[in-house]
Amino acid sequence: MSIDVETARKVAHLARIRVEEEDLPALAGEFNAILGFIEQLGEVDVEGVEPMVSVTPMRLKRRDDVVTDGNQQAAVLKNAPDAREGFFAVPKVVE
Amino acid sequence: MMTDLTKLTIAGARDALRKGEVTAAELTQSYLSAIDEAGALNAFVHHTPEIAEAQAKAADARIKAGDAPDMCGIPLGIKDLFCTKGVPSQAASRILDGFRPEYESTVTTQLFDDGAVMLGKLNMDEFAMGSSNETSTYGNAVNPWRRGNDDTALTPGGSSGGSAAAVAADLCLAATGTDTGGSIRQPAAFVGITGLKPTYGRVSRWGIVAFASSLDQAGPMTKDVRDAAIMLRSMAGHDMKDSTSADLPVPDFEAALTGDIRGKKIGIPREYRMEGMPDEIEALWQQGQEMLRDAGAEIVDITLPHTKYALPTYYVIAPAEASSNLARYDGVRFGHRAKLAQGEGVTEMYEKTRAEGFGAEVKRRVMVGTYVLSAGFYDAYYNRARKVRSLIKKDFEDVFAQGVDAILTPATPSAAFELGKEVSDPVEMYLNDVFTVTVNLAGLPGIAVPTGLDRAGLPLGLQLIGRPWEEGDLLNCAYSLERAAGFVAKPARWW
Repeated sequence: MSIDVETARKVAHLARIRVEEEDLPALAGEFNAILGFIEQLGEVDVEGVEPMVSVTPMRLKRRDDVVTDGNQQAAVLKNAPDAREGFFAVPKVVE
Repeated sequence: MMTDLTKLTIAGARDALRKGEVTAAELTQSYLSAIDEAGALNAFVHHTPEIAEAQAKAADARIKAGDAPDMCGIPLGIKDLFCTKGVPSQAASRILDGFRPEYESTVTTQLFDDGAVMLGKLNMDEFAMGSSNETSTYGNAVNPWRRGNDDTALTPGGSSGGSAAAVAADLCLAATGTDTGGSIRQPAAFVGITGLKPTYGRVSRWGIVAFASSLDQAGPMTKDVRDAAIMLRSMAGHDMKDSTSADLPVPDFEAALTGDIRGKKIGIPREYRMEGMPDEIEALWQQGQEMLRDAGAEIVDITLPHTKYALPTYYVIAPAEASSNLARYDGVRFGHRAKLAQGEGVTEMYEKTRAEGFGAEVKRRVMVGTYVLSAGFYDAYYNRARKVRSLIKKDFEDVFAQGVDAILTPATPSAAFELGKEVSDPVEMYLNDVFTVTVNLAGLPGIAVPTGLDRAGLPLGLQLIGRPWEEGDLLNCAYSLERAAGFVAKPARWW
């Protein structure tokens, strides 16, 4: 599996990371080096093996579905780059 | 008052505090001065002397009243990955510039509830992705050790490089670390200290910036094995806020340190004999086997057949989980947001914010993770890696089922290397984790113990791997190894 510039561009966009056009070939090269390394997993016989879900077998705890926390609007917004009138503010998303 | 308080261990300081030979305030002042003089190591990146002094004062009152916990009055460094209320916590990333959490991680909450003192936040690789502390937005942390009289700056390892440098240079009594593929054990080995990665689920991950959630685990980085036992007890335990934290009692790990390992079976995995491994590492490993045999353990050859697939498996699973975890850094809720040009919208905001905020290695791993999870490749890469991970874990289960109590391996394939060494192939850097990464994939406890010096005078460590939830037994084996090795070397002070 070889990654071309077009795939690198697509992956960067999926990851929402801007990569300048001139940097795409080098990025594709790095992907290929890493994927080449990963490729050896193809040698392993995984017939009938279950993919690991949880490394320590345990039943996840449950708790009652009730409100345990809240009323922390100021704390939640405290670190926002742009917060207005109790909301996170972002550039316009709806035309 | 004692002459040099920074040379103490947690156990020594605890006993001195209880006897009234020293106060937490005096101890804290000694470390704050040591930190001020050690700027060249770039280990502490956010200093919190006011918090430290207030905590020390409270600790002294508690000790005076009697019945103070072991960690009461003990000055610590905290890795920047832990959220600490009101104190910068940015995972050594530009994207979290200015972030001051409104909450405290469970680990630091427990340590502080026990009376521990926070001296400041410690340098690390960005988002814990790295093995040399060179991906940090704060710049490199520097190893206090040098090769004899050669003043070449060496890496303290990574990702917990600042924690390692700080403990080795006596800037704190101990430090918190986190370990996703070796990030506690490799730096500990590079600076001649003890580093323990507990069983996955032993320590709550709540409030620790997530890298790869199925692999991440916090643990202590300390001057010796006893200190690791003491500090782990304070860090560990079930937490309702982390559904993967185990609801198991936390034993008194220190009480397990009898030094008696007679009849214990120690496995030596043949697959860890790597081609091109330096003779010094091979010799160190041999000596470790002899030490444990002399202490009465039985040394047995074992096989972990899927070892060679551990690194490629890790480099699918860790980036996949990272790409998902790091999706939250979008410039909306916290940290950095890029300035937008006229007409740019929310997508440009995400893309520019993440391009500016993440460093090269983080971007690389997020994108690799995105790729292996993308439509058409999910089965070929991600699901296959999860299957191989099951096989890697089974290798260990088979060995433990044969009665093996612990496994002895080298901690790292080399001693600390130069900072700034040109690494053109990212895979080359990944090989640092070859001996440690299997432990994370299998969720096991592992500990690095310093046991010798190389020809250039740099520390080298061995790793012991234990059965799940049996950190007490593992620490006892490590204690026996530590006593036999008698490692006491310290870096000559140049900073």
